[in-house]
Amino acid sequence: MIAFIARRFGSGAFLLLIISTIAYFLMFFSATNVAMNILGEDATSEAILAKQRELGLDQPLLERYWAWLTNAITGDFGISWFTNEDIVKTILARLPITMTLVIGAILIAAVLATILGMTAAVKGGAIDRLVQFLAVAGFAVPNFVVAIFLVTLFAINWALLPATGWVPLQEDPTQWFLSLVLPTSALVLATVASAAQQIRSAIKAVLEKDWVRTLTSRGIPRREILFKHVLRSAAPAGLTVLSLQFVGMLGGAVIIESIFALPGLGSLAVESTSKGDTPVVMGVVVFTVVIVILVNLVVDLVNGWLNPKVRV
Amino acid sequence: MTTTPTAAATHGAPLVRLSLLQRIVRNPIGLTTSIFLLIVLAIAILAPVISAFDPAATDTDNLMVGPGGAHILGTDSAGRDILARLFFGAQTTLISAVVVVVTAVSIGVPSGLIAGYYGGKFDGVSSWMANMLMSLPSIIVLLAVRAAFGPSILISMFVFGILITPSFFRITRTAVMSVRNELYVDAARVSGLGDLRIISKHIFTVVRAPIIIQSAMISGIAISIQSGLEFLGLGDSAMISWGVMLNEGFRNIFINPMLVLWPGIVISLTIGSFALLGNALRDALEDTQKLSSKSKKVAAAAQAEVDHSAAPADAASHLLSVSKLSVGYPQGDGSLKKVVSDVSFHVDKGEVLGIVGESGSGKSQTAFSILGLLPGNAKIATGHIVFDGNELVSTGEGAISQKAMTQFRGKRIAYIPQEPMSNLDPAFTIGYQLVRPMTEVLGVSKKEAKVRALKLLDMVGINNPERVFKSYPHEVSGGMAQRVLIAGAVSCEPDLLIADEPTTALDVTVQAEVLDLLRDLQKRLGMGMVLVTHNFGVVADLADRVVVMQYGRVVETGDVREILRSPKEQYTQVLLSSMLEGKTPMTMLTGNAKEQ
Amino acid sequence: MSNVLDVKNLDVTYPAKGFGKTGFKALNDINIHVGQGETLGLVGESGSGKTTLGRAILGLAPVTAGSIDFLGKEISHASRRERRDLSRDLQVVFQDPYTSLNPSMEIGQILAEPLQIQGLDGAAATKRIAELLDQVGLPSDALHRLPREFSGGQRQRVAIARALALSPKLIVCDEPVSALDLTTQARILDLFLQIQKDTGVSYLFVSHDLDVVRHISHRVAVMYKGEIVEQGPASQVTVNPTHPYTQRLLMASPVPDPDRQAKRREDRKALLASQAKLANA
Repeated sequence: MIAFIARRFGSGAFLLLIISTIAYFLMFFSATNVAMNILGEDATSEAILAKQRELGLDQPLLERYWAWLTNAITGDFGISWFTNEDIVKTILARLPITMTLVIGAILIAAVLATILGMTAAVKGGAIDRLVQFLAVAGFAVPNFVVAIFLVTLFAINWALLPATGWVPLQEDPTQWFLSLVLPTSALVLATVASAAQQIRSAIKAVLEKDWVRTLTSRGIPRREILFKHVLRSAAPAGLTVLSLQFVGMLGGAVIIESIFALPGLGSLAVESTSKGDTPVVMGVVVFTVVIVILVNLVVDLVNGWLNPKVRV
Repeated sequence: MTTTPTAAATHGAPLVRLSLLQRIVRNPIGLTTSIFLLIVLAIAILAPVISAFDPAATDTDNLMVGPGGAHILGTDSAGRDILARLFFGAQTTLISAVVVVVTAVSIGVPSGLIAGYYGGKFDGVSSWMANMLMSLPSIIVLLAVRAAFGPSILISMFVFGILITPSFFRITRTAVMSVRNELYVDAARVSGLGDLRIISKHIFTVVRAPIIIQSAMISGIAISIQSGLEFLGLGDSAMISWGVMLNEGFRNIFINPMLVLWPGIVISLTIGSFALLGNALRDALEDTQKLSSKSKKVAAAAQAEVDHSAAPADAASHLLSVSKLSVGYPQGDGSLKKVVSDVSFHVDKGEVLGIVGESGSGKSQTAFSILGLLPGNAKIATGHIVFDGNELVSTGEGAISQKAMTQFRGKRIAYIPQEPMSNLDPAFTIGYQLVRPMTEVLGVSKKEAKVRALKLLDMVGINNPERVFKSYPHEVSGGMAQRVLIAGAVSCEPDLLIADEPTTALDVTVQAEVLDLLRDLQKRLGMGMVLVTHNFGVVADLADRVVVMQYGRVVETGDVREILRSPKEQYTQVLLSSMLEGKTPMTMLTGNAKEQ
Repeated sequence: MSNVLDVKNLDVTYPAKGFGKTGFKALNDINIHVGQGETLGLVGESGSGKTTLGRAILGLAPVTAGSIDFLGKEISHASRRERRDLSRDLQVVFQDPYTSLNPSMEIGQILAEPLQIQGLDGAAATKRIAELLDQVGLPSDALHRLPREFSGGQRQRVAIARALALSPKLIVCDEPVSALDLTTQARILDLFLQIQKDTGVSYLFVSHDLDVVRHISHRVAVMYKGEIVEQGPASQVTVNPTHPYTQRLLMASPVPDPDRQAKRREDRKALLASQAKLANA
């Protein structure tokens, strides 16, 4: 088990190194005219040269990469080109907002999708068809369209919920909660149906197993077979579905945060991309990949624990 | 020829086979979505011809004009014609989808073919890369690409094509791996067919369909991502697209919510059409005959057939009495396809009844009827099953009464399945799967159930009960697993044991041991037993009386010696004459080898 | 009479999965031969290696030592090109008639494939396919149908026709009747016997069923845990075996009469007891 975890950590670190290297060279290779973008159109050429030296852009790319990498390993991602703020600090300040949004959404989606998928697989009929229909609808309507629709309806037409903005929990728990309702709903609505459909298929596959019939013949109550045995066997497939949905939600959060003006990681990514603040974009990429690797690691561990053939 | 029900088709006209295109057009959803997507394509191509306005021309006199009038759908915040912009936006949308699909297919399919067919290092490395790409949040990567290369939608879509490559890689690889070891591929190898021809002739046909389906789905995703990027304002502002329209509309959402409506609708309709087309393609390829709305009427009709006549008077005198049982499955055309017709037999206490037949004889369906374990769509059309004086068929439902069944199943009626390994839940220990039924059915404590379980394991001839009790199913052999299943079946000392081909999956030396075990337990516990099998040797070993079945009907019933030594019916005679035991080697068994 | 097939000291070891693990040795020092027009029955239980031996001869399993001599040529490591020439004389019928035929190809295409590889096309091929269908007792309108339109027994007839297409000298039959119903099995066995009578083809007939092997073989080899434990004339090996394992195998197979089966049970118990005594001594 320990060897398994160590191997997964090793492969995760390797993955992170490769992705950050590719991202670094792509982004910094093409990062030209940065100094002028920062100083404005009418800056003098001396000022621009000075700015370039200040940012280290006069150094060879390879040397800058090495410096970035050695610093990054110690947890120093440098400072923003535009605001001079420490990148790790900026990211850490925004990370909780994104995580609240995404983790809240994935938990709600997981519960709803499991209930819907289970009901559809077991009962069939109208509920089954509804899940299938919703899955197509959820696929067809992108999350930003859902978000716009929610804003129009709940915030503009009925004025029930705040359209945009973020209230910290410490400041006003009620407002904090209300400010999260619409963005979380948008993320959940866009993913829950397709997750439910995939969980439905996983459960249907398990229900066709011979041992389900044999357990029934032994007099085990139907409810216990469904919730203890079938759900357990379908769990690895379900977790894999949810981990992919989680990765999708991290991307979805980028758009959702922009729509609802939430100061999270996603809106930071969008802002710094449009400005051309390459070190910040780089930091966001690395952080996101780390989160994804950790989530996949946890899912692998849980799946390994669920499977007696792997568990040692 | 033995005529299983499916073989009947052989003598009719060849099945009508339709091309994929024909099947798509026959499916209403496939037809509608195809037409819609063709219209979008036509609009994209003809946009310069059919637009009444220049999509980029601003008209400051007509800002945000409502629908109707010269501007059919009105104008946007810069006074540009919305309809014209929708028309031209279709171009961007379709080009994006094409770039993504072409990129992903041209990388994913060949690499998937190679990885799946040859395996080895290439498979390892490419699978690792696929996993890596799958775990990247694409929007974040596309933001990084935007930061690197600027707002080019073509570059973004090319990169997204690479990011989505794993979906093609995976389905190709899985499909190839599933057929790589098929016997027909081996047969082609034996014929000396080269790898390239095997792939093109035998393997590519299998992956073609999933690739087409996946392409439709990926087109939808591509459009969603592309509009998302532009909605964020990260697209190419010089281009006209639905995403840009959404972005501009959203900025004015408090003034005119209509501006987001039109692009929102066309984006959703287009993506939805791709998704539904993908589903329609899948249905067409699987050739699934979904039960139409008729099936409800069928269910009603099947119920109407239920025989309300009373069970025979002597039913209660037997342990189990099955009378005039018919079981069927509702078909798409409204009929009921019967798999068991008018079957009657009985089993007394301590008696072993063998049900013999070939595949398609309905012997297993009969056994599952008694257990109330038929598939959900099966209907008991007529008949009675009376166990120890209790009617098990609920006449109103056309099924076994699950309520009646719960008091008997596991407790007084037990089941031994055919395949040992697939009938144990791999996620729970053997001990748990023995103990839990006893605590449920007998109401004993866990501790007592464990003592009983260990005794049972010892009784079925397992040398180390403690170790097997703690084991998971995958840790024991097939023969051992079958002993465990037998232990489970007899754990609550049932009155009736239903054994469905209990030794068919076992090696012949293990079969002999399991037969010994079954005979011993049956005698010791005085159980009645229904033994379903195709093997006359097994019948001779265990059965007291025999029922011979064919095409879902009973051919002959009688004492085991009578049936095996002097069968009256011709079918039984044919079956017995097909036995090899005692025949002169190298002689013809049927008289004519070519007889069908 | 020279042998069609001579296998000497054959080993097959499947490569290990993962580092540091030893491979799985499926066959150990196998020696068999098949004469012209002869059937060698190969009997054994699951995991005995009987199927692997058939596959090794066909070039579908990794030969690690020993030789396979077919019509005077060493073929244990034949290339794909050599296999193409070999396929004229060496053919196969697999167990499962459901997966041994490509579900998306018509029967006519399936039968044409081996002919095309050997460059036989057009009218000659059509004529040969018609002959084959007749030889295996399939209707001539089977040509344009798909495998799924046929029953298991009929599919096995198609597979036999495909094997016969090039008039081979040896057909490896890998459990060709074990997926079939009793009455179908009898008809297919008759077909195998008839074909041998008509064409003089040799069979390597792999089966787990001693009764089947006794019925169709001239000689029989018994496999157990990757080795051949007994080999000889069918009338001797399948009736009066000398090896303890073959004796157990024979006694384990139930007979279709209650009283004779009761007797066999007793005999089997006595045999097991005496074998156990010997083992302990």
